[in-house]
Amino acid sequence: MFAATELNQKNQRTEKLVRLLFILMASLLILPVLIILGTLIYKGGGIISIDFLFTDPTNGMTEGGIFPALLGTIWLVAVALVISVPLGIAAAIYLSEYAPDNWLTRLINLAIINLAGVPSIVHALFGVGAFVVFLEFGTSILSASLTLAIMTLPVVIVSTRESLQAVPHSFREACWNMGATRWQTIRRVVLPNAVSGILTGIILEVSRTAGETAPIMFTGAVFFSPFLPQGIMDQTMAMSLHLFVVSTQVPGVPENLPYGVALVLIGMVLLMNSISIAFRMHLRGKKKW
Amino acid sequence: MSAPLNPNPGCTQDFDRRNLDWYIDKAVQVLVFMGGISAIIFIVGIFLFITKEGIGFLIETLDLHEFFGSPYWEPSDEDAPEYGILALMAGTASVTGLAMLIAIPFSLGTAIYIAEFATGKTREWLKVLVELLAAIPSVVWGFIGLTIMNPLIIELFDIPVGLTVLNAGIILGLMAAPIMTSIAEDALKAVPDRYREAAEAMGATRWQVIFKAVLPAAKNGLLGAILLGVGRGFGETMAVLMATGHAVNIPGSVFDSVRALTATIAAELGETAVGSDHYQVLFTIGIFLFLITFLINLTADLIVRGIKKS
Repeated sequence: MFAATELNQKNQRTEKLVRLLFILMASLLILPVLIILGTLIYKGGGIISIDFLFTDPTNGMTEGGIFPALLGTIWLVAVALVISVPLGIAAAIYLSEYAPDNWLTRLINLAIINLAGVPSIVHALFGVGAFVVFLEFGTSILSASLTLAIMTLPVVIVSTRESLQAVPHSFREACWNMGATRWQTIRRVVLPNAVSGILTGIILEVSRTAGETAPIMFTGAVFFSPFLPQGIMDQTMAMSLHLFVVSTQVPGVPENLPYGVALVLIGMVLLMNSISIAFRMHLRGKKKW
Repeated sequence: MSAPLNPNPGCTQDFDRRNLDWYIDKAVQVLVFMGGISAIIFIVGIFLFITKEGIGFLIETLDLHEFFGSPYWEPSDEDAPEYGILALMAGTASVTGLAMLIAIPFSLGTAIYIAEFATGKTREWLKVLVELLAAIPSVVWGFIGLTIMNPLIIELFDIPVGLTVLNAGIILGLMAAPIMTSIAEDALKAVPDRYREAAEAMGATRWQVIFKAVLPAAKNGLLGAILLGVGRGFGETMAVLMATGHAVNIPGSVFDSVRALTATIAAELGETAVGSDHYQVLFTIGIFLFLITFLINLTADLIVRGIKKS
């Protein structure tokens, strides 16, 4: 057979070296995250308890729990979802099922890319200009959630469009041949086959929305509020802003408090993402076509 | 409503599709079309509203030469306010630049490893980890810069303050890397296998295949990934606000504190009165940020779409 020439050996050495280099780069990218997570758990794990989650902050936010911020984030995310999910799914259905390949569709796609790419602080300026000042919603959950909804709209649109397009075209053709209208086909055939994929996208959006800070800073979230929000026209505290406040704005905060807040926030976000990823893998495993 | 009289009802009614279902179908089509163009409406709305709030100042009061040329940012000075964003631009540029120096090799390296070397479970887990890395909220990154990186930098380099270009650059690099990794990986995956097979058939080793065949073919997609990373770094707000030290300063080295354009808006918008000069100049910065990111995203999209077509 072939003899191991000198050139061959040299190539194999470089091959191993290059491989090692790439493994090193990949691990150097992942390693910091593990260190960071470890530090957060080590320093903030001790403070987290049922009490921490379900009591109000006291003594100028240097003691007590995070309940109002936690509840506020749930409010903001829920209202943002009510706005962005129907809108995003409608947009995705249009792009996947109706849109012809023309300049308007290209323009819509460009707009989606840019909605995702515009800096979050510019979304915040838009929220202030459009919702707080122009529409006179004031600083409220409604203004903040509208801002968040528009900012995270691309997440819903892109993931929904992908799962709609994953449904084979032959399914639609079979349904059309039975005399069904376009909408009947979408409702009875396309959507039921794509619903789990759409759900994964929505979970992902929950995670994105919960972590955003800049867009809600001036539109509805406040540093501290003695009251829990009663409706969408109230201001509220939020987890992300609360982390910013206790780590930069309040003097005399015990060291483990902000770590605890960070850990709860990152825990929420990563949990949502993990559910979404697990769901996606599960789906891929049992795909029927 | 009575339908117009039809001389031969039995014949054409079978072919008249305009029953209830037909109308529902049309209504839905209009509805989803509105959903589709809502994205355009929003992006135009964003531009119009920030322009509406900032344009009066931009035209009447602002001296563009001072705006882009002066390093002095003192908008709340009552006697002689200064609106120069040169130092802020330098802050954003230095932090984004350092972030890219870190993120480009690591994200491309990781993408190459995932796309060309890793197999099976390793590959799946790496992709999951990269995705989770991308999910960490920016305020948490800022907190990490403030509490973990800050003391680390002070100790390692023996400087008084650790909230510097270096700190924010590393944080921003770690933030931008996952997105760049997944886009770069998509670009590598889009290279047809026959390129690799052809190179292997010529006796090329794995790394020769990658460097001589795969990377040149994926060039545009990788460029798009880098551009989107730049856009991400440019627009990042909370992490940069918390990790740069927030001092208006043209940096002389990576150990200087700086302040970014985005962070300035985030820090000052809350303390301005609606309609005041200070309020309006922050919106003017917003217009500037919007236009730059729009340009970056547009270019990235054109480049990435270029490869999809060919």
